[in-house]
Amino acid sequence: MEFFERFAIPHPSPAIYASMVAIGLTVIAIVAGLTYFKKWGYLWREWLTTVDHKHIGIMYLISALLMLFRGGADAIMIRAQLAVPDNKLLDAQHYNEVFTTHGTVMIIFMAMPFIMAFMNYIVPLQIGARDVAFPRLNALSFWLFFMGAMLINISFVIGGSPDAGWTSYFPLANNEFSESVGTNYYMFALQISGLGTLMTGINMITTILKMRAPGMTLMKMPIFTWSALVTNIIIVFAFPVLTVALIMGTMDRLFATNFFTSTNGGIDMLWANFFWIWGHPEVYILVLPAFGIYSEIISTFSGRNLYGYKSMVGSMLIISFLSFLVWTHHFFTMGQGALTNSIFSITTMAIAVPTGVKIFNWLFTLWRGKIVITTAMLYSLLFIPIFTIGGVTGVMLGMSAADYQYHNTMFLVAHFHMVIIPGVVFGMLAGLHYYWPKMFGFILDEKIGKWTAWIISMSTLLAFMPMFFSGLDGQARRMYTYSESTGFGIWNMISFIGAIGLAIGFVLIVYNIYYSTRYASRDISSDPWDARSLEWATHSPVPEYNFAIVPHVTSTDALWDSKYNNHVLFPGKYEKIHMPNNSGIPFILSCIFFAWGFSFVFGMWIPAIITTIGIFICLGHRSLEKDYGRYISVKEIEETETKLRGV
Amino acid sequence: MKELLPLKQVMGFAFSMILTFIAVTVYFSNMSFATGMTVLLVTAFLQAGLQLVVFMHASETEDKGAIYTNIYYALAIALVTVFGTLLCMIWGYI
Ligand code: HEM
Ligand SMILES: [Cu+2]
Repeated sequence: MEFFERFAIPHPSPAIYASMVAIGLTVIAIVAGLTYFKKWGYLWREWLTTVDHKHIGIMYLISALLMLFRGGADAIMIRAQLAVPDNKLLDAQHYNEVFTTHGTVMIIFMAMPFIMAFMNYIVPLQIGARDVAFPRLNALSFWLFFMGAMLINISFVIGGSPDAGWTSYFPLANNEFSESVGTNYYMFALQISGLGTLMTGINMITTILKMRAPGMTLMKMPIFTWSALVTNIIIVFAFPVLTVALIMGTMDRLFATNFFTSTNGGIDMLWANFFWIWGHPEVYILVLPAFGIYSEIISTFSGRNLYGYKSMVGSMLIISFLSFLVWTHHFFTMGQGALTNSIFSITTMAIAVPTGVKIFNWLFTLWRGKIVITTAMLYSLLFIPIFTIGGVTGVMLGMSAADYQYHNTMFLVAHFHMVIIPGVVFGMLAGLHYYWPKMFGFILDEKIGKWTAWIISMSTLLAFMPMFFSGLDGQARRMYTYSESTGFGIWNMISFIGAIGLAIGFVLIVYNIYYSTRYASRDISSDPWDARSLEWATHSPVPEYNFAIVPHVTSTDALWDSKYNNHVLFPGKYEKIHMPNNSGIPFILSCIFFAWGFSFVFGMWIPAIITTIGIFICLGHRSLEKDYGRYISVKEIEETETKLRGV
Repeated sequence: MKELLPLKQVMGFAFSMILTFIAVTVYFSNMSFATGMTVLLVTAFLQAGLQLVVFMHASETEDKGAIYTNIYYALAIALVTVFGTLLCMIWGYI
């Protein structure tokens, strides 16, 4: 019995017990459903062991949507608690746990898989490749991410949630002030999924540099692929910093080292420093792929090529470097002198310049374009003004002297939601609508889609604009309540209404998926938007080998040229195609990683040692295994192609 | 003869041993902390460069350009990170 006491929740509530029951029932329902419909084999063959970048992309997509709802539930709790003064819905401790989980889940386990979903699915198609460079590593990346997400998601029912904020600043996050295992969960969940992200970074860079179709020079790559390349470069340089910081933090918590302590020679602020050396590049990791998607959508639905392709690429490259020069703006108030702060103020304002260049490029693309308003385009158009509000307030925050006023108030919270929601979330939703026909062979309902886009964007304004005002009036972030005399009540009530609107919007997206799955026409062409780049040149749904014949490219808009300028995209005839084999090892290895993380969270050393050995066995297996992949014969290709062309 | 004695690699090996030896002397002699650190840093970076060029063949393939761009980019970010951190945590901290 004593052994099991450690798994108890330190600060329980009826809601948590109810969730426990709900999680238990859901797991039983899933297991029973899979058994009843005899889907275990299908699940194993098509999904758990897949190395196909398209299947992995879809799994990322599903995870991202699930996590959107997990984080969204937390958001509603936060806004409900603050909706009226002196509210008693959540106590201080629960409030801490909820906003910590909200931030962590949304950034690491919602936004990250969302961009990974599109990079995985679209990049190989856009460059005319058959898969990514290291397909099995790709599967491992996904499963590591997934297990990290599961780890953070069980924390609130087993042992307690993290409660030190998504930034997990030390010394608050050390054992003395964060007694529960919650922060251990944070450390291991981020560590495990971060490893997956780093591998994706290497994988994608290699894919883009080495596997482009003949004729596609770097400057002829579609802009989304460029954004993916730059994003992955940032990943490879930023994530190791997080890895190391997390190891140091973990050592402090589990093995009593003194990296981030206030005594014994530790520097407590070093954590904040490391966190933001990763953290600021991270916000660009999230937003650049979204910029890429917007660029694709805006040029497609303006019926013309992207204005200023070269300056788009250039501004991304500049951003990739500048994003490493500004991190101190997250702790201007922590005690550096005026000179240091001024240096980082200037770099911060400088980064707004390339961002502005991109905005103007989009506007010039729209200029004289033949604009078609689809749902995807609507999100992209709504993104521009709302994101600009976020960007401009960012520049305000970037002035260190003024930041003493704004820092850690709701003004800051308003800023980053005003960039992340239009920047990342709208971008991903636009991508969802735009690429859905490629992924699933039908178009999401446009009418519901447009309604949803309007509801979501107006609710975003309703939910976050009031925070600028209450923030300037002095409402601090992360406070679980406030008194009536402050006058913040009205602003927070408006925010709450906005949050409800956002929730409705997200439910509508799921309803749209359900509705369109049932009713949408399956009789659409493989290029329903009259688009320009290679991902639309193959069938939808895409055959496993992507392209029966490797495409030949002479410009950024290869498909457009083949449609309107007599360019021959697929010269030659069918040849047998080499494809990688499926493997169960990435999934098994990641399950062991899950158990490994769980053991460390609770300091259970024997299972920790056993799982460590298990990890090395899996790695050893990979080193010794001989797997030469398999071939798809010409006959099979012909059959698939006629079948896909027939319908 | 050239196949039997790859001059570049042998020289590289010798030089790398010398660098290691110099680094080790820091431990056994009574230098001040500052001189010791300087010696260590200089030998460490020379060593890293040597390994990259001679033994990891950084300049021998056609993607030479990409490799060097990558190294310089990494170096720039590493320097910015290290000196920026020193600036925030120590020199500029009041
Ligand atoms: C236009 C360029 C931008 C500038 C000048 C800027 C500036 C800033 C500054 C100075 C802060 C710190 C304020 C404080 O703590 O007092 C901040 C916080 C933040 N920004 Fe931005 N920002 C920009 C764009 C973005 C983008 C594009 C994203 C994300 C996609 C983003 C996400 C965030 C986040 C998440 C935080 C706060 C995190 C936290 O403390 O929890 N920013 N920004
Ligand atoms: Cu920042």
